Amino acid sequence: MAVLDSKIPSGPLADKWTKHKNDINLVNPANKRNIDIIVVGTGLAGGAAAATLAELGYNVKTFCYQDSPRRAHSIAAQGGINASKNYQGDGDSDYRLFYDTIKGGDYRSREANVYRLAEVSGNIIDQCVAQGVPFAREYGGLLDNRSFGGVLVSRTFYAKGQTGQQLLLGAYSAMNRQINRGKIQAFNRHEMLDIVLVDGKARGIIARDLVSGEIQRHAAHAVVLATGGYGNVFFLSTNAMGSNVTAAWKAHKRGAFFANPCFTQIHPTCIPVSGEHQSKLTLMSESLRNDGRIWVPKRKEDAVAIREGKLKPTQLSEEERDYYLERRYPAFGNLVPRDVASRAAKERCDAGFGVNKTGEAVFLDFAAAIHRYGKEKAMTSGIKNPDESTIIKLGEEVIEAKYGNLFQMYEKIVDENPYKTPMMIYPAVHYTMGGLWVDYNLQTTIPGCYCAGEANFSDHGANRLGASALMQGLADGYFVLPYTIGDYLADDIRTGPISTEAEEFEAVEKEVREKLEKLMSGSGIHSVDHYHKKLGKIMWNKCGMARNAKDLEEAIKEIAELRKDFWENVKIPGTMDSKNQELEKAARVADFLELGELFAKDALLRNESCGGHFREEYQTKEGEALRDDENFKFVSAWEYMGEPKDAKLHKEDLVYENIELKTRSYK
Amino acid sequence: MKLYLKIWRQKDAQSKGKMVDYTLDGVEGDMSFLEMLDILNEELVSKGEEPVEFDHDCREGICGTCSLQINGEPHGPDRLITTCQLHMRKFNDGDTIVIEPFRAKAFPVIKDLIVDRSSFDRIQQAGGFISVNTSGNTIDANAIPISKHAADEAMDAAACIGCGACVAACKNASAMLFTSAKVSQFALLPQGRVEAADRVQNMVRQMDLEGFGNCTNTGACEVECPKGISLTNIARMNREYLSASIKG
Repeated sequence: MAVLDSKIPSGPLADKWTKHKNDINLVNPANKRNIDIIVVGTGLAGGAAAATLAELGYNVKTFCYQDSPRRAHSIAAQGGINASKNYQGDGDSDYRLFYDTIKGGDYRSREANVYRLAEVSGNIIDQCVAQGVPFAREYGGLLDNRSFGGVLVSRTFYAKGQTGQQLLLGAYSAMNRQINRGKIQAFNRHEMLDIVLVDGKARGIIARDLVSGEIQRHAAHAVVLATGGYGNVFFLSTNAMGSNVTAAWKAHKRGAFFANPCFTQIHPTCIPVSGEHQSKLTLMSESLRNDGRIWVPKRKEDAVAIREGKLKPTQLSEEERDYYLERRYPAFGNLVPRDVASRAAKERCDAGFGVNKTGEAVFLDFAAAIHRYGKEKAMTSGIKNPDESTIIKLGEEVIEAKYGNLFQMYEKIVDENPYKTPMMIYPAVHYTMGGLWVDYNLQTTIPGCYCAGEANFSDHGANRLGASALMQGLADGYFVLPYTIGDYLADDIRTGPISTEAEEFEAVEKEVREKLEKLMSGSGIHSVDHYHKKLGKIMWNKCGMARNAKDLEEAIKEIAELRKDFWENVKIPGTMDSKNQELEKAARVADFLELGELFAKDALLRNESCGGHFREEYQTKEGEALRDDENFKFVSAWEYMGEPKDAKLHKEDLVYENIELKTRSYK
Repeated sequence: MKLYLKIWRQKDAQSKGKMVDYTLDGVEGDMSFLEMLDILNEELVSKGEEPVEFDHDCREGICGTCSLQINGEPHGPDRLITTCQLHMRKFNDGDTIVIEPFRAKAFPVIKDLIVDRSSFDRIQQAGGFISVNTSGNTIDANAIPISKHAADEAMDAAACIGCGACVAACKNASAMLFTSAKVSQFALLPQGRVEAADRVQNMVRQMDLEGFGNCTNTGACEVECPKGISLTNIARMNREYLSASIKG
């Protein structure tokens, strides 16, 4: 395993996937009936993979910690899903989607994987429409599109502000059809606690029934991890409360390399933190940047007055506002990619222009859009010479139709009416581009262990473009993994059922039990959340939007100390053999406490700024990211060696045959 | 503010539950209802007591995991939101708040405030899908134009998050609003029409098997639904069911 083999097929870029599908082994339908596959996680990637694998004829077992597959956190994705359909005739193509994604990722992703993603993107839309996903349509009955950050075309399909929900319910319905046929066995309220290797191959998992507390063994010929990202290492993020890294981390500890852990996306438009009690952060969809304009006051005095409640933002004239994204990036304006928008907000707030109590917020203003839409609507409604209040009323109706649920969500949380006063937003941890290293087939460095969706590292480089997570999850689940896994399983048609009686299962189960017993035995004084919040603070302050070597070195030490404290002093009431939410949390936080250290180590290694990874030491005079292609044009894939800080680095050099590496510019 | 909480505690499905009183101080208006419970739990854990278990996950009103009957209303006193979006500014200093699990025969209590809603999954498994393979080998997405009106109406029905508030609000614990939302979404779209008759019959059969009650059109479900799913969907399902039964 010394050398990473990405298994990228030879030949021209556009032909690689077709050629590969023709070259790989298939399993005949009769043999598929004798092969079992475990899918952990039932979001877009896991749900889609489970449904498709079952349709093909494999016996599938799915696992999710939620009470139903429909509740996986893909459901919270709001804005949309990209596809290179070019329905708008604005010059889109597979190549352009591929190019935008590589550039958006700051040239740190694999060409072949990304091209394949673009290639199958159109199929996803066809598939979802056939499933009954109610995408937004135009009056003529055809599908509507909107724009997202970092691109110059309209290629985003959407279902109101609930695109993730609708796509997930589509995958869930496809799963239900297979559950109904008996081809999928769904283990809900079950959490994977470890992976089991037999003769070096992934052959099963140890899971805990979260209701009864029972520790169970499940065997299969292959294991698919589609368990999402690790943003909750920051405690505060837009992830669901239960989102965790445990499955991926346990696989890492058993031989799967973890790639680019420091590549994290901080999303620019989230509702700012309101106090110490805060348990999670809420995203306001990037689609809002289609119509919202981001600004802070030009003069510091005005910012101070707004913070103190002495001045209202609506009292400031156009000249007194600094639309800093439009000023700094005239070509893309408010639709620059997320990493760029987030850093720009931080820069203004650090300079003292923040607009809420804590000084960590900027405005997202819809007044101009309301006016523009109102005028247009008056025109098409035959109202001549409309007065100002009519224009605003009509404009607000248009905005409500487009973003109504987001505006309502904002109003419920902040208690302010965003139609009348600008929203306040600030960046928050949202997505992790890093994840388990996988080859072109989505196989990790453990044979038979596959990884799909956000949990793998493969497609988004150092920064993900908006509306591309849904695309990748479904592409991996519906269209990539079901093919590529067959190539591996073709060798298993004579293996027969895998027994859970093997000594390897016995040994791993024992380890899992001992870990949980150790957690329960803590004589401690502090709750799990106490530690999780502390870890989050270290991560946010030292491994967040801006990083430097000194902070990262400190973070590595502090996290190791916190981990030691946690294992000695955490307090978990209740018992192991019953429903116990504190124990569930503790097991997850224990893994975050290890991952956090590797995260910081990875960020320390990468002496450059690229995408979401911004090292203060490496920036241009204008404060833009300074990438170093000569020394860091590689994927860092870490091999576990006992302690996170001892992880061994393997480099996968990124080869660009079709794209010229350039400084990313959105000016 | 200071609050007096009366919370349902139940060890597991087999045990008998009871209401337990708690007093909680230092609650702020900007806290969400679940963050208020987090603080209570933090206090309980520090005293070595078992925290109150409740279901929650996304905490932004979309996953449908959180539930809670708050002062007799599913998701509490505010409208068009889930419990996780309810904020404490809706309450006053000195208030007593009664917190119970969703009550229905088809939603047995698992522990404290957590109930088992797998009956909803089984209704969906009985027919809540369009029988197309996920191969992507289908017609182009724009091959069949669908009127914006139908697409929007299907989307409104599809917005259901499967939280179960409709059942908890209904004096008969009926699941008609939940089931009809899925039936409607597909009945409104040409892709879903093909097997509409089978779908409605299979889903309604499963709904009855799960032990949900009958609909007597009180409309409580619509009022309490966090996503504003309309009663029109129930009317549509009744129509679909009747015509499917006649056609046999």
